[in-house]
Amino acid sequence: MTQLITFIKKEFHHVLRDRKTLLILFGMPVVQILIFGFALTNEVKNSKIVVVDHAHDEVSTEIISKIEASRYFEIESFVDGPLGIEGAFQEGHAKAAIVFPANFARDLQHQNSAQVQIIADATDPNNATALTNYLSSIIQDYQSAMNKSAVFPYRIIPETKMLYNPQLKGAPNFVPGVMAMVLMLVCVMMTAISIVKEKETGTMEVLLVSPFRPALVILSKAIPYLLLSLVNVGSILLLSVFVLDLPVNGSLLLLLAESTLFIITCLTLGIFISIKTDSQQTAMLISLMGMLLPTVLFSGFMFPIENMPIPLQVISNIVPAKWYYLIVKDIMIKGLGFEAIWKETLILVGITLFLFFISLKSFKIRLA
Amino acid sequence: MNDLSNRAISIKADLLTKRYGDFIAADALSFEVYKGEIFGFLGANGAGKTTAMRMLCGLSLPSSGSATIAGFDIYRETEKIKKNIGYMSQKFSLYEDLTVLENIRFYGGIYGLSDGAIKEKSEAIIARLGLQSEADKLVSALPLGWKQKLAFSVAILHQPHIVFLDEPTGGVDPVTRRQFWDLIYEAAEEGVTVFVTTHYMDEAEYCNRISIMVDGRIEALDTPHNLKQQFQADSMDDVFYKLARQAKRVDL
Amino acid sequence: MEAITLNALTKVYGKEKTVAVNEVSFAVEKGELFGLIGPDGAGKTSIFRMLTTVLLPDGGSATVNGFDVEKDYKQIRSSVGYMPGKFSLYPDLSIEENLNFFATVFNTTVAENYDLIRDIYVQIEPFKKRRAGKLSGGMKQKLALCCALIHKPTVLFLDEPTTGVDPVSRKEFWEMLKRLKAQNITIVVSTPYMDEAALCDRIALMQDGKILSIDAPENISKAYPDSLFAVRADHMYALLNNLARYEKTLNSYAFGEYAHVALQSGIDEAVESAALKSWLESAGLKDVEVQPATPDIEDCFIRLATVHQAAVIK
Repeated sequence: MTQLITFIKKEFHHVLRDRKTLLILFGMPVVQILIFGFALTNEVKNSKIVVVDHAHDEVSTEIISKIEASRYFEIESFVDGPLGIEGAFQEGHAKAAIVFPANFARDLQHQNSAQVQIIADATDPNNATALTNYLSSIIQDYQSAMNKSAVFPYRIIPETKMLYNPQLKGAPNFVPGVMAMVLMLVCVMMTAISIVKEKETGTMEVLLVSPFRPALVILSKAIPYLLLSLVNVGSILLLSVFVLDLPVNGSLLLLLAESTLFIITCLTLGIFISIKTDSQQTAMLISLMGMLLPTVLFSGFMFPIENMPIPLQVISNIVPAKWYYLIVKDIMIKGLGFEAIWKETLILVGITLFLFFISLKSFKIRLA
Repeated sequence: MNDLSNRAISIKADLLTKRYGDFIAADALSFEVYKGEIFGFLGANGAGKTTAMRMLCGLSLPSSGSATIAGFDIYRETEKIKKNIGYMSQKFSLYEDLTVLENIRFYGGIYGLSDGAIKEKSEAIIARLGLQSEADKLVSALPLGWKQKLAFSVAILHQPHIVFLDEPTGGVDPVTRRQFWDLIYEAAEEGVTVFVTTHYMDEAEYCNRISIMVDGRIEALDTPHNLKQQFQADSMDDVFYKLARQAKRVDL
Repeated sequence: MEAITLNALTKVYGKEKTVAVNEVSFAVEKGELFGLIGPDGAGKTSIFRMLTTVLLPDGGSATVNGFDVEKDYKQIRSSVGYMPGKFSLYPDLSIEENLNFFATVFNTTVAENYDLIRDIYVQIEPFKKRRAGKLSGGMKQKLALCCALIHKPTVLFLDEPTTGVDPVSRKEFWEMLKRLKAQNITIVVSTPYMDEAALCDRIALMQDGKILSIDAPENISKAYPDSLFAVRADHMYALLNNLARYEKTLNSYAFGEYAHVALQSGIDEAVESAALKSWLESAGLKDVEVQPATPDIEDCFIRLATVHQAAVIK
């Protein structure tokens, strides 16, 4: 036991004395969260929209002028129909469109309700949501102003439509994605590199020729990184709650437990890589190309898995980050409990056990 | 050869000094090396050899003092110096994952030799070292001694005025070590100045003159024969030991 | 009793089946200081790795303290000390931290076996807070030796401990080894420096995975069969070229300030040196001096290696 503690202490020395790595280790999650946070900011200013006005009546004209008067929007042009809208979207002239049907004012007067259509370019889903919300609220304002003097309340019903990415997949959920990525990077790459480094410097040779059990070498490498990763999980959550106003809707304890499970998955993966490689370079390349890339591609965090070809969808199932991403999203954003994520948890446990087993199988007590 | 002083001066150092903060790594080094001379540069680990050699190669600027290498000033003409020297160290010299021929071509290219010259040189080197059947093999497959001989030949490929050799024979077997020195002798005969560091004291004997550094200063500089007389020692090993033992600077 | 035995030990590497160690057999007595002498690539490191159980042999067998290197690797690992070729220390840990770490790994404490390392440790103790990566070759080597000794091993394996270390530190290092030997620790050490061979009880001269000769250094020198002369002249390069041309020369090479030339044995040394001297003078050399020389290990190695090389080529 003292042996293990000494070993772990030594690992902490390694980590804490390497200032550059330390900076990356703890700076990276912060920087990523902030970059994603501000890149995806909901601020909308002078966004260009196109208008399709089939009504040309008093009400539509008034609403249009309200929109134009707001600091959020600028009217790019008036077009005739769907083709014009799509053209404007595709050429990037506008990000949203508003369509007034013919007889807009008449419907409103006779039926006390009328529809107006808001169409947004949802390739940037965050922006699209913001734009439609702003437009809807301008219409809302107009409606309430109108109703003050009316006997019967008028209702203008905005019908929103997202073009290109109807489910608004992606962006608002970046925090779980960043968590998966950071943990992957820290646990897989750092663990793999730190073990392979001992092979390179020859210290592994001395450790092998000692009564210290080689499996303990590996275990004592894993523990410091487990702790460091938990620190990272903590800092990401703090940032997301206090800086980005994205609260943890579900159980924090459950979230931490699931994160620990995912960290262990990543650690076993890192250990497996370190067993199979002999140089820090190779370990780094494999971790980056073989682990980080699939995490970004197949976790569903950047690209919707549903839109991928079937073979890729199948592949995505073996990417541990995908399951972790689903779990974190369910707990953090949807506020669901364990009953909703037990299946994903089980899959992660399975992957971990499998990795652990093949690592154990390929572990060598000798150099070659 | 015994009367070197009539020859042209290849390296001239005058009070060359390098400080790192309070620490004086090289302290007022003054010496001359003549053209075609084999000059042994000895010293214990940490005596300042590497620092001195880096300054002479134009890799690091002195804190004070002056020096000329092949007539070029080490402050202002480092680019010209680099064109006129060859450098070979024990650690890095050749690309292990390139073949013998590819390495020769690469270095020939770096020094701007024409294709014809590179071809001619490659053939000459391969014939001289007896590497005909290894020419297309990866350098990593060669024994260490062969690599070092090849690395030396590559270092003088562009016919430099001076070649700097940093522990070129470490770990090489006695037979190959001597073949290596044959190459050094040949180069010196052709007028190349050889500036060499070594931990093998018998190799120190092969040099025309030797300097021994202790604590950043040159404590002795003469022919091996004269040094042995001066220190009343039987061998260079003794001379070295007598000098290095006085070192006050802790071996850091 | 024998501390170490090797029986036709063989190691083969890679697809090309490079034979690094070729059926090597020898034994090391308890308490002996045994040297493996040979250049890079002779197979020394492979032998060390097999004996310390970190590499499996591809043929033959070996024992350390009576334990088989394959089956009983656990027993061997807890009783030997090993210092691999590259000083295996953690550069980002201090002297003290390195030593404590290795002590713990070997289930002991620095205090418990301090006696054994005291002589060596006091030399580096003033710098115990300094990181190992900032030490010079000589200091690292001392620290590495301390780390290898800290658990009081019965057999100590030192793979090229003096490579790249200056002559003064090398001398000190060998003095430390002599003191350790007095504590009845069996030491196997490898080195490419032939002059260090004379400091061992027995040596094995190695080349290309084979043992060229194995005996006490003085016996190896005595067994040198040819007549050896040391020659000096005003111009070394010309001297070497001429010696190589001399018809009776078996082998000739530079040797410190002299050139050594081996001639067929069974000749009258005085007559022969006179003949050689006048021949060299007629070739234009001045200040020629020829005298019989006592072969040392390097002469023996050169001779054996040349014979071995000739045999390989045939």
